[in-house]
Amino acid sequence: MRHVIGVLVENEFGVLSRISGLFSGRGFNIESLSVAETDDPRLSHMTIVTRGDDQIIEQITKQLNKLVNVLKVVDFTETDHVSRGMMLVKIAAEGAKRVELLSIVEVFRARVIDLSPRAMIVEVTGTDSKLHAFLETAVSFGIKDISRTGMVAMTRDGAPKARAGAQVRAA
Amino acid sequence: MKKSGAQIVLQSLQIEGVKAVFGYPGGAVINLYDEMPHHQFTHYLVRHEQAAVHAADGYARATGEVGVALVTSGPGATNTVTGLATAYMDSIPLVVFTGQVPTGLIGNDAFQEADIVGITRQCTKHNFLVKDVCDLARIIKEAFHIARTGRPGPVLVDLPKDVLVATTTFEYPETVQLRGYNPTYEGHPGQIRRAVKILLKAKRPLFYVGGGAILDDAAAPLTALATRLRVPVTTTLMGLGAFPEDDDLSLGMLGMHGTYRANMAVTESDVMVAIGARFDDRVTGRIDEFAPGAKIIHIDIDPTSISKNVKVDIPIVGGVRDTLEKILVQVEELSDEAAEFAAGHDDWLARIAKWRELHKLAYIQDDVIKPQYVIERICEMTRGRDPIISTEVGQNQMWAAQFFQFTRPRTWLSSGGLGTMGYGFPAAIGAQVAFPDRLVFDIAGDGSIQMNIQELATAVQYNLPVKVIILNNGYLGMVRQWQELFFRKHYSSTEMAVAPDFVKLAEAYGAIGLRATHPREVVPVLEQVLAADRPVFADFVIAREENVYPMVPAGEPISNMLLV
Repeated sequence: MRHVIGVLVENEFGVLSRISGLFSGRGFNIESLSVAETDDPRLSHMTIVTRGDDQIIEQITKQLNKLVNVLKVVDFTETDHVSRGMMLVKIAAEGAKRVELLSIVEVFRARVIDLSPRAMIVEVTGTDSKLHAFLETAVSFGIKDISRTGMVAMTRDGAPKARAGAQVRAA
Repeated sequence: MKKSGAQIVLQSLQIEGVKAVFGYPGGAVINLYDEMPHHQFTHYLVRHEQAAVHAADGYARATGEVGVALVTSGPGATNTVTGLATAYMDSIPLVVFTGQVPTGLIGNDAFQEADIVGITRQCTKHNFLVKDVCDLARIIKEAFHIARTGRPGPVLVDLPKDVLVATTTFEYPETVQLRGYNPTYEGHPGQIRRAVKILLKAKRPLFYVGGGAILDDAAAPLTALATRLRVPVTTTLMGLGAFPEDDDLSLGMLGMHGTYRANMAVTESDVMVAIGARFDDRVTGRIDEFAPGAKIIHIDIDPTSISKNVKVDIPIVGGVRDTLEKILVQVEELSDEAAEFAAGHDDWLARIAKWRELHKLAYIQDDVIKPQYVIERICEMTRGRDPIISTEVGQNQMWAAQFFQFTRPRTWLSSGGLGTMGYGFPAAIGAQVAFPDRLVFDIAGDGSIQMNIQELATAVQYNLPVKVIILNNGYLGMVRQWQELFFRKHYSSTEMAVAPDFVKLAEAYGAIGLRATHPREVVPVLEQVLAADRPVFADFVIAREENVYPMVPAGEPISNMLLV
């Protein structure tokens, strides 16, 4: 099953490598990973999308908690949460095709952010499935390039508190 | 007064109570070596950096203190990797200092540069690159704290040369503040209560004890609890010494080369308490047939160990010693139930006793020296003298584990998790440094000993009378055994066709060399070994194709043993 895991880490040299190394070294897979500084510049927040059965997800959250630079691990999948990803897609669009594409852009509430004689760049934001659906629709026009972020996620206010990864802090 | 980074490192070591540092100098750490004579610990110059880490590791296992090694940048640092991985797998507290090129040159492929923090990220508990001399004292404090607390492990501190030269005011912090690191020592009281309840209902109880019981100094409460409740105890390779093997409740070691009674008891137990053990594949064999009928209670300080390999019924995350002491208190409170329980599984103990008689660890001593005989003689001839036994890896290690009777913790030093050939000799040197007056043996094979044989010079230089017992069969014996049993006797690259004359070699280094080629020479040679006041190499020419039995073929259930 697909899990979205939030990790709060100390914003230190090499911390990304510690996390990605943990995943590769133990054979866990990463579907996407996004990371950036929080409002406190000493901390960074990572959102990791991964897959695994319950036992693997339990190991992932425990192993993350065990890292000295990791302050908090939250498995969003177990709670009421929202998640978003963003992508930029360069789509071939000449002549009459443009109008058709613009109407699709509107349906997906995406935005055209660059236009040239033969192509346009569209910015799409949304859940994983929305991004996927947009790509499926756009593919017939001819996709020239894609750049996509990992997912970011957040628990909804008032939702039951996300279970912090493992029940206990790591040794 | 301001101090240089080099002075700060050395004073911090002094404050941490470090008495021995195992190391090897080089350009990047030359400033440290320059300051060294002004400090109180002893530096032991090894002959290879890998041995520095193993020696620090042997020191740590024998004493329970943090072992310390110091090496230079580049090759000095990369040579520590095997030592770090060995300590990491066995949860041994070490702090390893590596030199580094000046911060301004990092990333420039400078002379003797290696990204050792990147290289060792996955084989250390944590590591640090010190970029500013102002952080140095705090980082050293944190390194020792992380190494020795929680589930212990090796920590590496990388020291760029300019940081060692730069100066700042020195103040060693009193406390450590690590927001992301807070080990759980106290097991959850509700879980402990549930565990006691389940245990006291068992008819076929078993304690399965691993290295965590040694690391947390839990032998005393473990022995008290097992004796009080008459619960039989099997230990892993790493747990040897946590429970006295001369006690009737001891089943010896379990697993691939475990005793018949231990593996059968696991298979038939109805409640198993795993104590500081991690269900390693060499212990469990085929995992779905490991303790198939047992409710499992698992005590471990590391939450990631729990439910990693097997599903556990009652997990208790906490220190082994603290948890066992709390269980003991509850058992005292429930004294009627406890007494009833202790008296209620006579038939289980009788069944185990029958297994013991059915298949004992055995060998036949004919006219060629058998390795098991050598180990048994060492065990008998040193009884009451509290010897320390280290081993290399392979058949020598398994025979030592099987035929030496361990009765006290921290007397057994062996690379269990990583299985590092070449570990035993430097580890024995480290243990001898810690305990100059005790008997320290390295049980070796003719293959393994050659992996760090250069340390003979270290042992001679510091007059460390380590006793190296070479069980010499001219083969890489454990691999040969697998080839014999599972690869049609195709002895591919396992015959050590050329080896040095170990007696002459020892003498060339200024040590004592001895040899036994016939069983009747074993005891006299061992007498000389025991009398020696210098390092000894004792070369025992043993039966070439002797195997380690029992043996569970890899991937089979542990009840499926090849017996003698």
